[in-house]
Amino acid sequence: MSAEAEQVDGARRHFLLVATTVTGLVGVGMTAVPFLASWKPSARAQALGAPVDADISKIEPGAIMKVMWRGQAIYIVRRTAEMIATLTTPAVKNGLRDPESGESEQPSYAKNDVRSLKPEFLVLIGVCTHLGCAPLDRFQPADAELGATWPGGFYCPCHGSKFDLAGRVFKDVPAPLNLRVPPYRYVNDGLLQIGADTEAA
Amino acid sequence: MSAKMPDSTARPGRMSALMGWIDARLPVTRAIKEHATEYYAPKNFNFWYYFGSLAALVLVLQIVTGIFLTMNYKPSATEAFASVEYIMRDVEWGWLIRYMHSTGASAFFIVIYLHMFRGLMYGSHKNPRELVWIFGMLIYLCLMAEAFMGYLLPWGNMSYWGAQVIVSLFGAIPGIGESLVEWIRGDYYISDITLNRFFALHVVALPIALIFLVIAHILALHEVGSNNPDGVEIKKVKGPDGHPVDGIPFHPYYTVKDLVGIVVFAAIFCCVLFFAPTMGGYFLEHANFEPANALQTPEHIAPVWYFTPFYAILRAVPNKLVGVALMGIAVVAFFFVPWLDRSKVKSIRYRGWLYKAFLFSFVVSFLALGYLGLQPATTTYTNAARIFGAVYFAFFVLMPWYTKADQTKPVPERVTYNAH
Amino acid sequence: MLTKKPMRKLARPFVTALVLSAAILSMPARSWAAEGHAAVEKANNDISNTASLQRGARNFVNYCMGCHSARYVRYNRLGADLGLSDQQVIDNLMFNGERPSDTMKVAMPVDAAKRWFGTAPPDLSLMSRARGPDHIYAFLKSFYIDPSRPTGVNNLVLPGTAMPHVLWKLQGYQQAKYEGQSDADHSAVHKKFTGFELVEKGTLTPQEYDQFVRDTVNFLDYIGEPMQLERRNLGMRVLGFLLVFFLFAYFLKKEYWKDVK
Repeated sequence: MSAEAEQVDGARRHFLLVATTVTGLVGVGMTAVPFLASWKPSARAQALGAPVDADISKIEPGAIMKVMWRGQAIYIVRRTAEMIATLTTPAVKNGLRDPESGESEQPSYAKNDVRSLKPEFLVLIGVCTHLGCAPLDRFQPADAELGATWPGGFYCPCHGSKFDLAGRVFKDVPAPLNLRVPPYRYVNDGLLQIGADTEAA
Repeated sequence: MSAKMPDSTARPGRMSALMGWIDARLPVTRAIKEHATEYYAPKNFNFWYYFGSLAALVLVLQIVTGIFLTMNYKPSATEAFASVEYIMRDVEWGWLIRYMHSTGASAFFIVIYLHMFRGLMYGSHKNPRELVWIFGMLIYLCLMAEAFMGYLLPWGNMSYWGAQVIVSLFGAIPGIGESLVEWIRGDYYISDITLNRFFALHVVALPIALIFLVIAHILALHEVGSNNPDGVEIKKVKGPDGHPVDGIPFHPYYTVKDLVGIVVFAAIFCCVLFFAPTMGGYFLEHANFEPANALQTPEHIAPVWYFTPFYAILRAVPNKLVGVALMGIAVVAFFFVPWLDRSKVKSIRYRGWLYKAFLFSFVVSFLALGYLGLQPATTTYTNAARIFGAVYFAFFVLMPWYTKADQTKPVPERVTYNAH
Repeated sequence: MLTKKPMRKLARPFVTALVLSAAILSMPARSWAAEGHAAVEKANNDISNTASLQRGARNFVNYCMGCHSARYVRYNRLGADLGLSDQQVIDNLMFNGERPSDTMKVAMPVDAAKRWFGTAPPDLSLMSRARGPDHIYAFLKSFYIDPSRPTGVNNLVLPGTAMPHVLWKLQGYQQAKYEGQSDADHSAVHKKFTGFELVEKGTLTPQEYDQFVRDTVNFLDYIGEPMQLERRNLGMRVLGFLLVFFLFAYFLKKEYWKDVK
């Protein structure tokens, strides 16, 4: 055995150790990918979460219809002209925390005073932005409980949050944001599809 | 001569302060020394010594893939079959996780059988390692129960009928048999109730038992030290540093060697996993792609390949009770090997031709019985199973005689080792 | 590095591994649970042939889905794998107003089916994995005239089947020929079958019908395990990675084991 063979080639050892460790870690990482990815919504979840059709042709003016989409309640309100008119009055707008919907979540076509594609129909996710309760519809103005200045809107029974007839949150209530608007589109004048965007394919 | 580990002990200060804090409360460094960096294993481990670490790897694989399967599997008679197809088709990468688990089950038995064979070859069951062997056999028993229960879960037609046949075997026990079967099933037939309880056992109870047994197995091994292909006790010859001259620290030498074993195993495993997951119907049986049907039995019911040697023994006996008893004895006999083996010599390298002949015949009969268990029970096959069954039992029954009578060779003081 | 001595050491385990692999791989594949006349002809289908799968899909929805569901198959998955857009799937493969994300269910109620046929037509999602493509191929080509049956036909591969010869318009009708026996004799089990004879032509020639059946069987093979091609593809890449990993690990081991004399 030569003297050379007795010596530990530290550099070679180090290189091989690093190379093997790096390759091993890459292997472990690649193996982890399928396990982690298996947590993504499955094809069945995506199918069940597919867009939902809502027949709006029979809703009375001033009435609300509720459908389910992705496990959430969707409120569809057919607003009257009076209801739409309240949305731009200074009395209402000055009382709102986020009148221009700068902070809240809605598709671009709902970033306006009526918070919808067409003023007549309001589509909202019926989940209070405070802690998730289902807000109640209180569309009658000057309600006994809510006061003479109440313009009509949504009232959350859990902690008293109030929203106007476009789902915009009032000041001085626990909820921080306007009610969310889901993506939706008009299949035709009498049929909405919740969950599919107007612009996107 | 020990290797110089590159740089892991550098950086005194924060790291060693942290380790000091932990070690004062939980002996981590001591454990690493005792079981890895200062556990001296014989330097002459060969090919047959890969299978222990591979078995541990497969156990981890089965547990991890099993957990992820449980996230999507539904343990009810109405939903189980569909939930497996949900995993295969709708869950992202579900098919890969499922195939890993099914391939892993068969891989587990291949590895374990080779691991057990190593033991028989080199006398790893002999004093002072009897308890290592006993724990190993308990692991094997748990593994068989685990695999049997796992097989019911997909609720395919073979799952159903395989469970039906095997559970009803217990009915052969005189007196308590029928009540016992009903008690195991929890119902008057293999039903949703049976499925749910097998699920609980397969996913929770047996894995816990397996983990404890594997830890006990390794602790018992480390207490006495590993055997080796020469059957020489390396602790008998120690160097000036107090360590066995024929020993090398497990870490880094065997960690690095076992890594190669793991990569080669992974390659073979992946060949099956990606190119032949059903293995021609042996790993995933064709009949199991049809849902359980109580009104229609598959053409021939056979257990999965790893049980077939014992199944062949069961079928070879014309009497149901005696068949069940012999099948049980065929497994339990292994427990007694440390005491049946009366040889003074451990390793086959230094035993005489008698042991070699009996061990060889045993292996041949085990493989033959395995093959026969897969076939329909024709007269020829049944007679063949009887012959091979006799050879199988002879290995154990005659062991006290042939191990004593064997002409052994002198066992060296030091292991035989060629640098590689 | 790979000198003679280590090669010799590697020889024994290597040979053992080789022998074991050869033994395992040469073991005959488990017989398919075929009943009756065993499948002789091979389907020889190729699931990478997308055109064939598309034809098979069309055949399946037009001829089989009247009675047989494929409840684990989603239309949009089919479209993605077969190179069809959602709209193409809707136009060509979906007739009942379902959505692309739905599964291939059929309208026939199970109890009604049991009354009409004696047994519910089985779901076909996994039939190819359970019986084998060759079995299905042979089955679809083995219907023959048998006046004693309520459907007027019997099948050599599945004697006594309740399934009518759905494809009779395409194949026509054939008679089973037996050695030395007239066809009026129905104890076919004891006679030696010699072949089929087409007695009434269908709209397809025998070769065209054969292709039709192969395409359909190909489709059934695909729906049995839709990720087959992806699985093999990934396998090649994983083995490539493992080869690289093996080289590093092997030389690392050799390097450290220089210490061991």
